[in-house]
Amino acid sequence: MELMSESLGVGPDVQSFCTAGGIPIAPVYGPEDWKDFDVARDLGRPGEFPYTRGIHESMYRGKLWTMRQFSGFATPEETNARYLYLLEQGQSGLSVAFDLPTLMGQDADDSASLGEVGKCGVSISSLEDMETLFRGIPLDTVTVSMTINSPAPVIWAMYLAVAEQQGVGWSSLSGTLQNDILKEYIAQKEFLYPPRPSMRLVTDVIEYAARYVPRFNPISISGYHIREAGSTAVQELAFTLRDGIEYVGWVLDRGLRVDDFAPRLSFFFNAHNDFFEEIAKYRAARKLWAYIMRDRFGARDERAMKLRFHAQTAGCSLTWQQPYNNVVRTTIQALAAVLGGAQSLHTNSLDEAYALPSEQAVTTALRTQQVLAYESGITSAPDPLGGSYYLEALTLEVEKAARRYIEQIDAMGGMIPAIEHGFPQREIADASYRYQCSIEKKERIIVGVNAFTGGGEEIELLQVDESAQSRQSEKLARLRARRDAGAVQSALDRLKRTADDGGNTMPFILDAVRAYATVGEICSAFRDVFGSYRERSVL
Amino acid sequence: MDAPIRVLVAKPGLDGHDRGAKVIARALRDAGMEVIYTGLRQTPEMIVNAASQEDVRVIGLSILSGAHNAIVPRIMELLREHEMTDVLVIVGGIIPDEDVQELKKHGVAAVFQPGASLGEIVEFIRSSVSQNV
Repeated sequence: MELMSESLGVGPDVQSFCTAGGIPIAPVYGPEDWKDFDVARDLGRPGEFPYTRGIHESMYRGKLWTMRQFSGFATPEETNARYLYLLEQGQSGLSVAFDLPTLMGQDADDSASLGEVGKCGVSISSLEDMETLFRGIPLDTVTVSMTINSPAPVIWAMYLAVAEQQGVGWSSLSGTLQNDILKEYIAQKEFLYPPRPSMRLVTDVIEYAARYVPRFNPISISGYHIREAGSTAVQELAFTLRDGIEYVGWVLDRGLRVDDFAPRLSFFFNAHNDFFEEIAKYRAARKLWAYIMRDRFGARDERAMKLRFHAQTAGCSLTWQQPYNNVVRTTIQALAAVLGGAQSLHTNSLDEAYALPSEQAVTTALRTQQVLAYESGITSAPDPLGGSYYLEALTLEVEKAARRYIEQIDAMGGMIPAIEHGFPQREIADASYRYQCSIEKKERIIVGVNAFTGGGEEIELLQVDESAQSRQSEKLARLRARRDAGAVQSALDRLKRTADDGGNTMPFILDAVRAYATVGEICSAFRDVFGSYRERSVL
Repeated sequence: MDAPIRVLVAKPGLDGHDRGAKVIARALRDAGMEVIYTGLRQTPEMIVNAASQEDVRVIGLSILSGAHNAIVPRIMELLREHEMTDVLVIVGGIIPDEDVQELKKHGVAAVFQPGASLGEIVEFIRSSVSQNV
């Protein structure tokens, strides 16, 4: 502590210890902090309600988490090669990153896609691109996660069509579609249509999956992006669970029974720097969701009460300065995710404050998970931190704070009115500004950024070929010339009629992608019916 | 007292990650500047029109998607066409070192990479604007 005061010119103020999210931390925790604690109500055993300690009795003794690195860049050909490499390195599942035009429902040859094709992910405009992306990858054995939201039904339809071509029955497909539009309005802002028609498309996918693709997770209700936008851990948790409540309500209104679809709802959380606060967040998430599903929605199937989640280490915590320190940050964050009971994990690469990761950097990131899994010993006992005075107290605090937010949003009439009022957006903007100001004032130390600066290393970066846009556009031009234009048009017309009439759109999206209608054409057909959405910016 | 510096904070391109833009907008406002935030997905034309209508001294562009080499030169070209070269243009975001010089050649006054402090950005704007009254 002496050394710290000297070198930074600031000393730790014992009066103001608190978590990254601002929860006060007592000088010490002990049995006295457990006076309101009820082991059966608050904890249970691993694999037992309310699943605070994990959703499986044996946790990682029975099955390790899935090591799933999110990746995609340039053309489907280049990304396919990266996937084959990752599978060869022992990665256990794939996770597709799409580029911004695809995420925004635009084709590679759209003028608004200029400069963006293949930059942040792989460019997919048609079923042909999707066929290339999964060439040589058997979809009945490899599970695939796809990070796509507004155009999620279109991309998923392309995936289902590729499975058909491979002769893989839909009932044996497993994987995850992000398909979480609410957090787009709240945080990441990749929306196309107004909230209500968007919610209808999300519901179409969940309903269709429940009937025809029963092993696929049709939604990944995501806090990750909320956190990256600057929220606290509590806000991430609360807004995500409240989004989950919204989705369950919409699917119930479709006439499905809760136990018939809720077991396939999955979640996605961030793994940020404050080690114990993060672990508390995952534990509180499982407990809150179990009670919500049982008591608010009347679920009876225990699988409907179990919150399964993917975690990704915090991209926003990575620093541009001294990039090798990012390996250490990522390791600590990944450790929190594992001690918090994650079902799958992505570890960021050390170069991601600069660019998409190089092959070497992504290999180190994967090796980080392998070291945790096979060398550290943390997999030997389920919930090894359960019973820690501090962690249990913090789990209760996080839960209580999240519950207050959920009640507040309930009182506003649900998440859509809350979004329309800018409520979660404003809470996040306030938290992110506070966070940045605390770095500015050195109340919060970021090694290499506002303390211990100097040094730093040059690293090799991935260069995304600037020709991705022209190569993708040329392929698309050939496809447009080759396909049956009449079949495309009539499929798009039927799609628009269904969008207007209110039936489930999935069968019609499937027909359109099988006719090689593009992502841009299908999304603009929907836009003709639903209109587009512009947010009121909240500063 | 001097009139406050008017700044347009703009988010061009398809990227919706607006955390940086919003934090900067608040910091400039807290530093006494008048800030207009364009919101998301502004084309170069929309940004230059807004800058002209709002009569700003400074445009701050936030770009995290890697599309800066396509977007920024177009904005600079439009500013020249509109005879608005006196407007100070600064860029923040994930901009590799090798692109920084290229953007400056197009007339960008400064590029702030990740980890730049809010104070540094405020100071840069104040000193650049006071030199060119």
